[in-house]
Amino acid sequence: MNQTVIKIEGLSKTYCIRQVGTGTLCHDLNRLWHKIRGKEDPYLKIGEVNDRSSQGQTCFSKALDEISFDILQGQILGIIGRNGAGKSTLLKIISKITTPSTGIVKLKGKVASLLEVGTGFRTDLTGRENIFLNGTIMGMGAKEIKQKLDEIVDFAGVSRYLDTPVKRYSSGMLVRLGFAVAAFLEPDILIVDEVLAVGDAEFRKKAIGKLGEISHDRNRTVLFVSHNMGAIKSICDRTIVLNKGQLVFDGETDLAIQHYLNDVSTVSDVDLANRSDRNGNGQLRFEDFTMTNKMDESIPVVCTGMHIKFNFNIDVKEALKKTKVFATFRSSSGYTLFICSNFFSNDFYDLEPGKYKITMDLPRFPLSSGQYAIDLKVTSGKTVLDEIESAVTLDVENGDFFGSGRIVTSKNGVLIDHTSSIQRIEH
Amino acid sequence: MEQWTEIINSDGNSFSSQINGLWKYRDLILELVKRDFILYYKQTLLGPLWFIIQPILTVIVFTLVFGQMAGISTDGLPCMLFYLAGVTFWNYFSESFRQIAGSFIENQNVYSKVYFPRFIIPVSIVISNLIKLGLYFVLLAGFYIYYINHGYELRPNYYILLLPVLIATMGMLSMGMGMIIASLTCKYRDLKFLLSFGIQLMMYVTPVIYPLSATPEKYRFLFLINPMTIIIETFKFSILGKGSFSFMNLFYGIIITLIIFFLSLVIYAKIEKDFIDTI
Repeated sequence: MNQTVIKIEGLSKTYCIRQVGTGTLCHDLNRLWHKIRGKEDPYLKIGEVNDRSSQGQTCFSKALDEISFDILQGQILGIIGRNGAGKSTLLKIISKITTPSTGIVKLKGKVASLLEVGTGFRTDLTGRENIFLNGTIMGMGAKEIKQKLDEIVDFAGVSRYLDTPVKRYSSGMLVRLGFAVAAFLEPDILIVDEVLAVGDAEFRKKAIGKLGEISHDRNRTVLFVSHNMGAIKSICDRTIVLNKGQLVFDGETDLAIQHYLNDVSTVSDVDLANRSDRNGNGQLRFEDFTMTNKMDESIPVVCTGMHIKFNFNIDVKEALKKTKVFATFRSSSGYTLFICSNFFSNDFYDLEPGKYKITMDLPRFPLSSGQYAIDLKVTSGKTVLDEIESAVTLDVENGDFFGSGRIVTSKNGVLIDHTSSIQRIEH
Repeated sequence: MEQWTEIINSDGNSFSSQINGLWKYRDLILELVKRDFILYYKQTLLGPLWFIIQPILTVIVFTLVFGQMAGISTDGLPCMLFYLAGVTFWNYFSESFRQIAGSFIENQNVYSKVYFPRFIIPVSIVISNLIKLGLYFVLLAGFYIYYINHGYELRPNYYILLLPVLIATMGMLSMGMGMIIASLTCKYRDLKFLLSFGIQLMMYVTPVIYPLSATPEKYRFLFLINPMTIIIETFKFSILGKGSFSFMNLFYGIIITLIIFFLSLVIYAKIEKDFIDTI
């Protein structure tokens, strides 16, 4: 039977999210004063639930809140959650980079963390020198590295460039080399944070295969953080879901992913009424935004290929003729990907004062995983009535667009319906 | 029962585990020293020669400015030799001090991604500067032999046996002062601005370009607060035979150094556990 290698009990971490400034010294002195009198840290108690969308009362927030769980030897544990859920903080505590505010972690064995590929690479050093430097940073002996050198170089596919400074490497080579150093040095516990976000599909496949091998064949433990549900699904035996610093699910990977996608407490309702960064003459204003599925139930996350409705509530102050509503979907780098509008169907809206709900119905959502922004604009003739840039930021998760059972994992792209066929034209 | 190899709690990494880390990460120290040495002259034409060119140019400029133009006394010793002896020690101290003081901020990228005892980098800096110090000594020996052959009377004495003590004290002093500044700059960047001109000013109150005997007798005790004064003065006395030496002063300098060193360990232990959150 496999033994427990990591035991986490009541782990919490409070961060001060304010910038260091002149107030800091004052806080420090106050803290010291409490300590001298043997009292508790006065700033530790006022941590509150870490909700990004509401501004906190204090500058202290809990990144992790009373987390407890065990990990068995040989397990690949997936950790998922939205950005800011506390995944990285958890990994940083386990790998000793930072300390918890309260709670305890017990470990068995050597831990290596791959929180970022190629940590500590020096661009002026050669590939070989960097392998040694990187390996020793992760606590390995030079002898051990020498033994594994050939395997590392082979996996990374850099044998030809071993004595070239890594600044001449392509970014793909750097990623492969960084991953190979950590994966081949065989720590008892390997911590991997979102490294598969970089690198091409072939590397991802190879890396996932290697992680599976480390855990199943060599009985090592892997902690794996990713936003790539496909990758999580394919290798994790068990997955935990974090939300606002709390452990909300722990169990089978499929159920965990489902739980994560359905997590209703996440932001699906965006208040637009109070946005001040808007243009337009104010005869009409966007009030809020919601996302629903085809049964009009509120949903938190969009998946590629899903039937989805975007609803915008507007407040009309004066009677308006022939209004056109535009929702422009942009990639995170700012390019327009597609536009939804009543303009294209020549179905202009004539509005009386009052409140309306505009629904845009997309039977198969075409964007692949990544982050996108939606710009909103209403015009009447040439007059801009209301315009908000980046009114909504949209996190899209991988999904099955083509209904073929294949999860599309490409990042930041538009998928379109198409067919592909082949015909022999000559014998 | 259950054997845990590591317990992580809010107290951070215990000091003894970090001292053990020094041995566990010995290969890392070696790699860092090697890397430091290689990077120093990567993509340069003259390569390791730079280790020699730098002190020679410094000494020549000192000789012209302080020796010829300003006419500052060198206790009757050849200017070049007198300055080189001072610069050898001073450069070790100032370089180690400067590098260590900046090391936490400079390496925060690595520190925030992977754990190893944080003082590994300061230790590697102290060691890699020792190699440079060795090269300085070779240069110094060259000048020394040249001047003896040209009939200068230099009187080295048995106090030269104190050299390891002097180097160890200097290493500890630079590490102690460096770690104090490094620890404090994590939170308060103000010190960063003080550092470079602070080091420059400190050189002028250390007998690098003048002998201690040239300082006004009334204020000499002020110069002696600085352990580097005693270290450099003792070194010059032991190889050149001029200057002053007293066991009392040396003893006192070592005590100050130890106090600074232990103070730095206390501050370091205090900030080490979560400095990555404040940096």
